[in-house]
Amino acid sequence: MSLKRLKMQLVRLGLLLIPLFMVGGLLVHHWVPAQAQADDTLRLLYWQAPTLLNPHLSTGTKDFEASRLVYEPLASFDAEGEMVPFLAAEIPSIENGGVAEDLSAVTWKLKSGVTWADGEPFTAEDVVFTYEYISNPEVGAITSEYYADIASVEALDPSTVKVTFKEPTVAWFVPFVGTNGMIIPKHVFETYNGPNSREAPANLAPIGTGPYITEDVKPGDVIVYVANENFREEGKPFFKRVELKGGGDATSAARAVLQTGDADYAWNTQVEAAVLAQLEAAGIGRVVAKPGPNMERIVINFSDPNVEKDGQRSHKDVPHPFLTDLNVRKALSLAMDRQTIADQIYGVAGTPTNDYVLSPENIRANAPWEFNLEEAAKLLDEAGWVDSNNNGIRDKDGVEMRMVFQTSVNPVRQKTQEIIKQDLGKIGIDLELRSIDASIFFDSEPNNPDNLGHFYADLQMYTTGNDNPDPTGYMRRYLCEEIAQKENNWANANDSRYCNPTYDAMFAELVRMMDPEERDEQVKKMNNFLTVEDVAVIPLIDRTSPAAAANSLDGIDLTPWDLEPWNIKDWTRKS
Amino acid sequence: MTRYLINRLLISIPTLLAISVVVFAILALAPGDPMAEFATNPAITAEVRENIRRSLGLDQPIYIRYVKWLWAFVRGDMGFSFNSRSPVVNLILQRLPTTLWVVGTAYLLAALLAVPLGVISALKRYTFFDQVVTTLAFVGFSLPTFFTGILFIIIFSVQLRWFPFIYNSTLRVTNWATFMAQVRQSIMPVMVLVLFQAAVLMRFVRASMLEQMNRDYVRTARAKGLRNFVVVNRHILRNALIPVVTLVALDIPTVFTGALVTEQIFRVPGIGALLVDSIYRGDTPVVMAITFIYAILIVIFNLVADILYGILDPRVQYTR
Repeated sequence: MSLKRLKMQLVRLGLLLIPLFMVGGLLVHHWVPAQAQADDTLRLLYWQAPTLLNPHLSTGTKDFEASRLVYEPLASFDAEGEMVPFLAAEIPSIENGGVAEDLSAVTWKLKSGVTWADGEPFTAEDVVFTYEYISNPEVGAITSEYYADIASVEALDPSTVKVTFKEPTVAWFVPFVGTNGMIIPKHVFETYNGPNSREAPANLAPIGTGPYITEDVKPGDVIVYVANENFREEGKPFFKRVELKGGGDATSAARAVLQTGDADYAWNTQVEAAVLAQLEAAGIGRVVAKPGPNMERIVINFSDPNVEKDGQRSHKDVPHPFLTDLNVRKALSLAMDRQTIADQIYGVAGTPTNDYVLSPENIRANAPWEFNLEEAAKLLDEAGWVDSNNNGIRDKDGVEMRMVFQTSVNPVRQKTQEIIKQDLGKIGIDLELRSIDASIFFDSEPNNPDNLGHFYADLQMYTTGNDNPDPTGYMRRYLCEEIAQKENNWANANDSRYCNPTYDAMFAELVRMMDPEERDEQVKKMNNFLTVEDVAVIPLIDRTSPAAAANSLDGIDLTPWDLEPWNIKDWTRKS
Repeated sequence: MTRYLINRLLISIPTLLAISVVVFAILALAPGDPMAEFATNPAITAEVRENIRRSLGLDQPIYIRYVKWLWAFVRGDMGFSFNSRSPVVNLILQRLPTTLWVVGTAYLLAALLAVPLGVISALKRYTFFDQVVTTLAFVGFSLPTFFTGILFIIIFSVQLRWFPFIYNSTLRVTNWATFMAQVRQSIMPVMVLVLFQAAVLMRFVRASMLEQMNRDYVRTARAKGLRNFVVVNRHILRNALIPVVTLVALDIPTVFTGALVTEQIFRVPGIGALLVDSIYRGDTPVVMAITFIYAILIVIFNLVADILYGILDPRVQYTR
């Protein structure tokens, strides 16, 4: 009998395990004083949760965004493309002697009296160290390419720093400016400038010069910031506390701001136009569009994705059977119903465009475009592509006009694909639609045949753009030497396998030009060559990144060249 | 018994090794990498990418990475997360309380609901009560949690404004008011999970009861003139619950891994959400750690279930 009892006891014990787990969970679960939710708390919602607070090691835009509340660059660009000083005392120019006459160096004057959040003074040494850290290959900084043209960075005195370039450059404003220019403290990171960079405690407990310091960091969940008492501007920031919550999805993030008021600001609410408009109708929040250089495009494969050569398909020496024909490409561009795609699918988040370079405004060419299926059909007829076997699809010399059109999984993109498939179907071109999970489509693995670098399809669609006001790097994408192939692990940017000596020559001219206005004209010329004359790429949509903000929130001023919280010190709440 | 235990534990070692090899290989071969988001960024050149891969240790061959990982894991070091550059163990410990609270509560409530409901509906088979409970259970396990989750949000958050749908993990429980706030924000995720788990468990209890009710020993018990309560409680229930206890024991590891979908919908920062994010972002060390801990828990709780089975049912002998 007693043995039986014992067994029963054991069973009960087993069942008790579950509540024990729970009570344990509850006890460990925050048993510390409460913080009141108040008007001076700003609640940000990022559907991609930041996981790291060191901008130079970021694994996504989310990390840059979350770091920007703490760190500052020397200067940045506002929406009009004007430079705004942050840690710099003034904007260098040739007139004030900051920029060398021959554009080979730039000298930055730093603000005096600035301290890091821990009280240490901010000096030119910190800028020098930031350069050393970023350019150290063992650190593996994501921002290093922006500093690749620098020959040396030296501190002339504690408040002056001189950046010398390897060659004269018009893009002297790339290093230490904007998104990729955040300055990190030498005294904190000094011992982590090497392979041990990932072990730095400051990667999750940053000490910056910005308006906020972190109070509580839970990677992938929430970051709580409080105002930096050492911040140099009196009376700022307005919000004493910022809670940046991460995770979930874009739609419910928009809902939390626009419909239920659970949050004040939601980042990148890339949601269908109709849904956003419906949420906005609740009247407590608004959609703010972040203008930018990002353009949704259709990339054309100039090589044949169906023929294998030297262990790879889409080999640059195997031309595509019909996409190499200029008339066919012109017909494709004419058959894109950009207006419908913009109105019905993107809404506030996009307008139709045929420009390769969108931003800044002064280098935008505003290339013409039209939607004209008849004209497209005529061009194809002229080029000899007719439906000779009456199967509804054009052909020539036994080659049928069938194409594989791939993009990442995303409702907006799938709907765009559908519209394009319908229109092309009307002029006798058959599209097979393929959608690939974003993490696979955008990855860079040499063994992954489905990513955009391999481009084992005829057409593909995605967004990119120049990430600073100088588009030179972005213009490189269509150079012959940039073709993505097996030899370079498909890591080069010219996934289109486009190679045109005319364009290469124009690029060489651009690089030699030093006069700003002459450069602007050259960029426009190259733009029109790529999208109109040679149709190397088919631009579709000028994308803006919509964010949702509560109506009570004032001071938001989004710029394409910096992160959304770049001016968070000026954000206030209307009563 | 001791011999049996030792045997089982020894067998579990090669099992776990095999699991770790398979998971590691799948992760290493699957496409997706920590830098995926920057794929179209012109500034992330091949060289930058190579530097980053080297700093994450991804430049070494798979088998070397595996051996390094295994050796570190055996010593209790789960490695560094690629995405947050912090020890994986910190990330897991940070999220464990939330997961245990939400998923644990849900599991407990589900069990508390399911057992009595299952028993009663088996005893009152084909009555109105049984029909209602069975229908509810059917609804419960037919509706996926991502659907009920969004449905709950629309009804209780957007329309009625009863509960918040963003889980606030900075909320600290200090007094009655904050405790209630904690309960309020936990209700929806917990209910979504309860609905699903209770349904499954309830059906199981009911089936298990029905299986026992017509057995000879039950008839004998009734023939002895025992009261109905005694027959049900001492005879039927004790036998019927043997498989239920096993099932519950086998389910306990899932409390640890959290609820993948539900956590994502309600932004509950649990282990499940961590796992999903890490898979998306190619954060191999985190994925490895969570899946492997899960594997270990499953092996352990399998053993626990087997032992419990022997204790509950003396007919089972451990001879191997």
